Amino acid sequence: MENSWQNKESVEFEDDTVFTWPTLVVKEFLAAIFVMVGLLFYSFFVNAPLGELADPSQAENPAKAPWYFAGLQEQLVYFDPWFAGVVLPSIIVVGLILLPYLDNNPKGNGYITFKERKFAIPVFVSGYVFWYLLVYVGTVLRGPFWTFFWPWQEWTHDFPTPSPLINLSLPVGIAVLIGFYAAGFAIPLLLFKNFFRSLGVIRYALTMGLLLTMIGTAGKVFLRLVFDIKYIIVTPWINL
Amino acid sequence: MKDPNSEKKFKDSVNDIWRSVFRHGYTDTPRNRVLQIISNVWLHLHPARVREHGTKLRFTWCMGGITFFIFLVEVITGVLLMFYYTPDVNKAFADTIDLMYTVPFGRLMRNVHRWGAHAMVITVSVHMFRVFITGSYKPPRRFNWVMGVFLLVITFLLSFTGYLLPWDQLGYWAITVGMNMGGATPFLGHEGPFSQLLGITASNDIRFSLVGGTTIAAPALLRAYVWHCVAIPVIAVALMMVHFWRIRKDGGISGRL
Ligand code: HEM
Repeated sequence: MENSWQNKESVEFEDDTVFTWPTLVVKEFLAAIFVMVGLLFYSFFVNAPLGELADPSQAENPAKAPWYFAGLQEQLVYFDPWFAGVVLPSIIVVGLILLPYLDNNPKGNGYITFKERKFAIPVFVSGYVFWYLLVYVGTVLRGPFWTFFWPWQEWTHDFPTPSPLINLSLPVGIAVLIGFYAAGFAIPLLLFKNFFRSLGVIRYALTMGLLLTMIGTAGKVFLRLVFDIKYIIVTPWINL
Repeated sequence: MKDPNSEKKFKDSVNDIWRSVFRHGYTDTPRNRVLQIISNVWLHLHPARVREHGTKLRFTWCMGGITFFIFLVEVITGVLLMFYYTPDVNKAFADTIDLMYTVPFGRLMRNVHRWGAHAMVITVSVHMFRVFITGSYKPPRRFNWVMGVFLLVITFLLSFTGYLLPWDQLGYWAITVGMNMGGATPFLGHEGPFSQLLGITASNDIRFSLVGGTTIAAPALLRAYVWHCVAIPVIAVALMMVHFWRIRKDGGISGRL
C-alpha cells in the first residue's frame, strides 16, 4: 500500500531501504510528541525538589549525591574516597572507552544475540546491573549517617552500633590481592585457551584486568558485609 | 475506513490545508520524498533512505533520538530559566523561589528542566545499553562508541553542575560530597594519597580549581553556572555533531551485513 506508486513510476530498489520521509521522520515526530507530553504532564503534577536555603554550617544528614552518583557514594562505605570517588569512576570510563577495542569478536555486529557473545553480554550486563544496584541502595536504602534501612523501615537515629571492623595484616592483604589477580589471570588461561588465543596478550591483559577489578570491587563489598573486613591493604600512605 | 476512496479523500483534504499554507501541493513521489530530506537543513541530518530495520522501534528503542530531543528541551527551558536566575549566593535561592511561585510558567519551566535532566540521564544510559546489546560498537563504529562515552560523561556533568544552582541544602551538600571526593584524588587532591609529594594543599589542589576556593561558596556557584550554562553545553553540542556525522559516515544505523 505504501509503495503502490513504485510500480507506477517503475522505480525498483533491490536493497532493504525505505524512504526516510515519511517512514522514519513520522516516528521521530511521534516520539518527540510523546516525550514532550509525558514530560509536561509529569512536570505539571510533580514539583522539582527544592530544599531550604543552603547553609554551610548545617550539614544535611544524610547528605546525598544526586542519584546517578549515589552508586559511587555508596562505594564510600567499602572504599576510601580516592578509590570510590576518583579511581573507580575513572576505571569505568576508561573501560567503556576501551570496550570496542578489546572486544574483537566479529559476531553479533548489529543484531541481538546471546549465543555468539557469551562472554561480552554477561560481563557488560552484570556491570550495568551492579551500577544500578548501588544507585538503588545509595538513593533509597541509606538513612542518617549513611545507615542501611529497608524501604519499610523508618529512618531513626538510634540504630544498633555496627560491629567493629577488622583489617587484614599487610602480608596477608598483599597475598590476597596478588593471589586474586594471579588466579584470575591464570584460570581462564588454562581453561579457555581459545579465549586467550583470540584476544592476544594485550587485549587479554586489559580485559581481564578490568573484569577482575569489577569482580574485586564486588568482592570487597562481600568481604565487608560478611566478614566485617574494612581494609585488605593498610599502609601509611594508602588503604584499600 | 470501508470506503475504498477514504484514504484518497483524507489525503486530498490534508493536501488542501497544506496548499493553503505552502501555496503548492505535495505530490507523493520518490523525488519529493528525497527532496523533503535533502532540501531541509534540519532533516538532511538524515540520509534520504534508511535501512528498514533501523526505523524500527524494536531495534534502536529510539533512545539516542529521544536523548537528543530532551537535550533540545533542556536548552530551551534552560534559556528561559536564565532570564530569571542570578548566579549570586544572595539571589540564587530567592530567584528559584520566585520561579516556583511568581514567574508565569516559571514552575513548569523549572520542573520540565529538572525532570528532563533526570530523564536524559536515564535515556542516555539506556541508549548505551541498546548500542551494546545490538553490538553496534563493533567496527566500523568503534570510535563513535568512544564519542558516546564522552557524551555520557558530559550528560552526568551537565546534571551535576546544575544541581548546585538553586543554592539549596540538597544541592549544596550533594556538591560538597562530590567535591570532597575530588579532593581525594591521588596526587592532585589535598586529601588524596601521595599529594604531599607534590606539595598539594587545600588551596592549590584540583578541588580548589573546580570550586574556586577551599569551601563551596560564591565562586563555586559562579563556576557551576558558567560550566552548566555555557562550557559544557558547547562541548556537548560539539560532541553530538561528531556523533551524528559519524553515524552517517559509518554507514548509517548498524544492522546485519
Ligand atoms: C547525549 C548523548 C547521546 C546522544 C544525543 C546520542 C544520539 C544518538 C542517535 C540519535 C543515534 C542514532 C540511533 C539511535 O537513536 O539509537 C545514536 C547512535 C549511536 N550512539 Fe549515541 N547518543 C548519545 C550517547 C551515546 C553513548 C553514551 C554511547 C555509547 C557509549 C553512544 C554510542 C552510539 C553508537 C555506537 C551509535 C551507532 C549505533 C548504530 O549504528 O546502531 N551514544 N546516538
